[in-house]
Amino acid sequence: MKQTRILMGMPVTLEVVDAGASEPLFDEVFDYFVYVDEKFSTYKNQSEISRINRGEIKFDDASEDMKMIFGLAEQTRQESNGYFDVHHNGIIDPSGIVKGWAIYNAAEILRKMGFVNFYVDAGGDIQASGKNDRGEKWRVGIRNPFNMDEIVKILSVTDCGVATSGTYVRGQHIYNPKNDGEDITEILSLTVIGPDVYEADRFATAAFAMGRAGIDFIEFLPGFEGYMIDKDKQATYTTGFARYVLNA
Amino acid sequence: MPRSRSNSTFNFSQGIKKFFLSAFVVFAFVAYAIHERLTSSNGGLASASAAPASGSGQSASDPASNASASNSSAQQVPASNLSSSSQVSYKNGTYSGPDVNVFYGLVKVQATIQNGKLSSVQFLDYPSDRRTSQQINSIAMPYLQQEAIQAQSANVDIISGATLTSEGFQMSLQSALASAH
Repeated sequence: MKQTRILMGMPVTLEVVDAGASEPLFDEVFDYFVYVDEKFSTYKNQSEISRINRGEIKFDDASEDMKMIFGLAEQTRQESNGYFDVHHNGIIDPSGIVKGWAIYNAAEILRKMGFVNFYVDAGGDIQASGKNDRGEKWRVGIRNPFNMDEIVKILSVTDCGVATSGTYVRGQHIYNPKNDGEDITEILSLTVIGPDVYEADRFATAAFAMGRAGIDFIEFLPGFEGYMIDKDKQATYTTGFARYVLNA
Repeated sequence: MPRSRSNSTFNFSQGIKKFFLSAFVVFAFVAYAIHERLTSSNGGLASASAAPASGSGQSASDPASNASASNSSAQQVPASNLSSSSQVSYKNGTYSGPDVNVFYGLVKVQATIQNGKLSSVQFLDYPSDRRTSQQINSIAMPYLQQEAIQAQSANVDIISGATLTSEGFQMSLQSALASAH
């Protein structure tokens, strides 16, 4: 069973291969994304994060999930030498860490329901578990940042997370989905494979902000592999990346 | 009294002899150790020490064989790990270190300083000629590889890419959906 809905402003897709998947169970997982969006969206006036940013809620009175996200964001800031930071122009925007965390938790909901073979994909960041409907590892394509209809690499993965941070070229204009107006010109796309989607997403975001040095950062992270595409259509990849590549 | 004096004289001369004998033994040992170190090709005890005077280490003194031993793809270490730890300001430029014996071969690095900070370190030379060196390198050295991107068949289950919907788009989508109610 497979379904896609637009949640948190992006397509969220669930696919469960195992028998027993049903509409109510999928609703439960999709509803989790709705819950996360209501709490953490800086675009919603009444979200908890908006109220914290306006000073209506003190940090000590924040919910447990909010405190956890702040803790995880601070940990990531330190582990990335400050390249990951949720503080922007005087407000706190934790969306860079919330997404991967939400996908990971959604996958955990499916796992606790007893499912083994499934994936959760939110806006191109993926938690893959078990095998696909042909009994193979999941085939994950890396999108071409120069042509969104094209795939430039096929990965074969199971029980791990895959996340891509990047920009897209539209004609001659480079467009950064995470931050309009910011100029990132050297590298266009950085895909990270990690132990889970939370880990892959936060380090993809942090490493992308480092520019060309980002792939070195991933090389030195134990348990992570990366594939970086630069403005000259050259890809640079880490030592262990090739073992995930499907040679079709 | 005289007896005790002669005794002490005897002890004194004997002490001098002992001193010279032990000094000779220590000197001989040191000389032997230096000799061994200079002639031994692998530098046995000399782990992680500079080996400029290596007698039989041709690769150390011959720049041509150095160049061939070093992999054509010089490896880079991320500056992010290095620059944060040092507060010292350096002069801008590129600096090469000496060939250093790291037990399994010679390593030579080049440091680049930008804006007074260490911005990158490159391995100009590292052991790649021997099987053990290659094994050690495959674990210890970064080994980034490059290729030109190429379109693949679209036969995949899932696609990973940067999120297509920007936050601006999200905001506009939400207000659009709100007005659609």
